[in-house]
Amino acid sequence: MAVKQVSVFIENETGRLAALTQLLAEHGVDLNAATIAETGEYGILRCIVQNPEETVRILSGGGFMASVTEVLAVGIDNRPGGLNRVLQILSDAGIGVKYIYSTIQSIKGEAVIMMKTGDQNRAEKLLESADVKLCTMDELK
Amino acid sequence: MIWNKEMECADRETMRALQLERLQETVKYEYEHVPHYAAKMDKAGVKPEDIVTLEDIALLPFINKEDLAENYPTGLFAQPMENIVRIQSSSGTTGKPKIIGYTKGDMEDWGEAVARGLAMCGAGPNDTVHVAYGYGLFTGGLGAHAGAETLGATVLPMSTGNTARQIMFMQDMKSDILCCTPSYALTIAEAVERAGIDPADLQIRAGLFGAEPWTQSMREKIEKGLGIRAHDIYGLTEITGPGVATSCEANNGMHIQEDLFYPEIVDPNTLKPLPPGETGELVFTTLKKRGVPMVRYRTRDICYLMEGKCSCGRTSVRMSRVFGRTDDMLIVKGVNVFPSQVETVIAKFNELTLNYKILVDRKGGSDSIELMVEFAEGLIIDDIDFVENMRKRVEHALREILQIGCKVRFLNAGTLPRSEGKAVRVEDRRKYE
Ligand SMILES: [Zn+2]
Repeated sequence: MAVKQVSVFIENETGRLAALTQLLAEHGVDLNAATIAETGEYGILRCIVQNPEETVRILSGGGFMASVTEVLAVGIDNRPGGLNRVLQILSDAGIGVKYIYSTIQSIKGEAVIMMKTGDQNRAEKLLESADVKLCTMDELK
Repeated sequence: MIWNKEMECADRETMRALQLERLQETVKYEYEHVPHYAAKMDKAGVKPEDIVTLEDIALLPFINKEDLAENYPTGLFAQPMENIVRIQSSSGTTGKPKIIGYTKGDMEDWGEAVARGLAMCGAGPNDTVHVAYGYGLFTGGLGAHAGAETLGATVLPMSTGNTARQIMFMQDMKSDILCCTPSYALTIAEAVERAGIDPADLQIRAGLFGAEPWTQSMREKIEKGLGIRAHDIYGLTEITGPGVATSCEANNGMHIQEDLFYPEIVDPNTLKPLPPGETGELVFTTLKKRGVPMVRYRTRDICYLMEGKCSCGRTSVRMSRVFGRTDDMLIVKGVNVFPSQVETVIAKFNELTLNYKILVDRKGGSDSIELMVEFAEGLIIDDIDFVENMRKRVEHALREILQIGCKVRFLNAGTLPRSEGKAVRVEDRRKYE
């Protein structure tokens, strides 16, 4: 199953990202996982939080364009080739990976990566049938 | 139906001969009856008899809205009040309104101009014309009213507001033609939909909309929502009111009633006449008005003229839609830029809102222009490529229309301040020392 992620559009002005993290801190929102994609002028922060809808409300109130999107939280065996195995399954099926990022802390000794592919439904089914662990929101705490 | 074939389908030579005759009369009349303009002509060293060809019109001084303000309220009237049968007015820029007086003959010509426009909508004496423009000093209501009467149609003088009652009359009195502002037409269309009325059950078949700028998407919504064909009507109180020009079924520019109103396009910077087809400021000279005649009145509206016979059969010159106002014009890198052009581009993108700001600056002797525009509320952005791609598309579309590069910066929805009334859309940071 997919987990909910919060995506935030950020104008890359000095202090804009800091303003965002401060806003989250003020509301006691913990980031379980986060990444920033950016060009010179814009950034998109993607993060996993425990209450995505509430977080979107907080961010919107602070003048950010935030929305709830979905990613797969894929458990990766903590040994060489763990990530490769997952990517290979998708690549064999012709599914492209748009981005991946990992949790801030490892979860019970296991690495978890957030993954967005070109075909989330098929990717999910393929990974499940290959016994790759897909985490729930709770498991990302 | 063509209401006045003789005037609307005249061959060029006949029309030009008539225009010259009427221009010469008008200039002589203006010189003799309006001291303010006579003084301007004297200062420019031009006499009525210097107007020998139509091109000689370029010798004459312009009338500006400032001339109206200086001569408030009736300084430009050419007739004593006993011969003035109507006053109409529109707001001026300096606080005092513009006051225009009409003789009996002026009223008849106004009705004639609007009647021709109504006929372009397919209206005739058997139709019911539903006038939902405001009645009063504003020329919309009484102008459309006069035209419908001249046409011999049945007039429903609804005025604006009370949309439920508008729809009731539209249904029960079987209105055929609607005249109102495009924004009010949209309000009616939305109310029709909310009321669960099938537009096909309404008899109304065409509309004459004007007095404010409107977009293609508004046109589509009105046409679909009311099941009608929408026509543009153009006019301004200083020249007479609505009906100066109207679009026919070809929807390719508005036919100017050029036996009554002589159009010119001038370069807004040099004020020199431009050849047909070039975009510039529209200037009108009234050819028959006697109450407050206007010679070379600068409308401040930017458009271009189209010559040649239209597929509807009319030969009268057409004006394009109005692209903007010279009052709002910016000159960037030597090119004229109008906020309305930028607005047209933004309106094409559903991902954007019309909350925008244009920033003009000059660095190292070179002008730069930047558009800051808000993303639409609720837009899901999870992809930097999407943003970059959007920027390329918007920048490309801007370059197409502006002819110069304009940098685009996207903002979060709700970032730009909302001001009451007219928003400040342009910030010019250039220093002019
Ligand atoms: Zn036509």
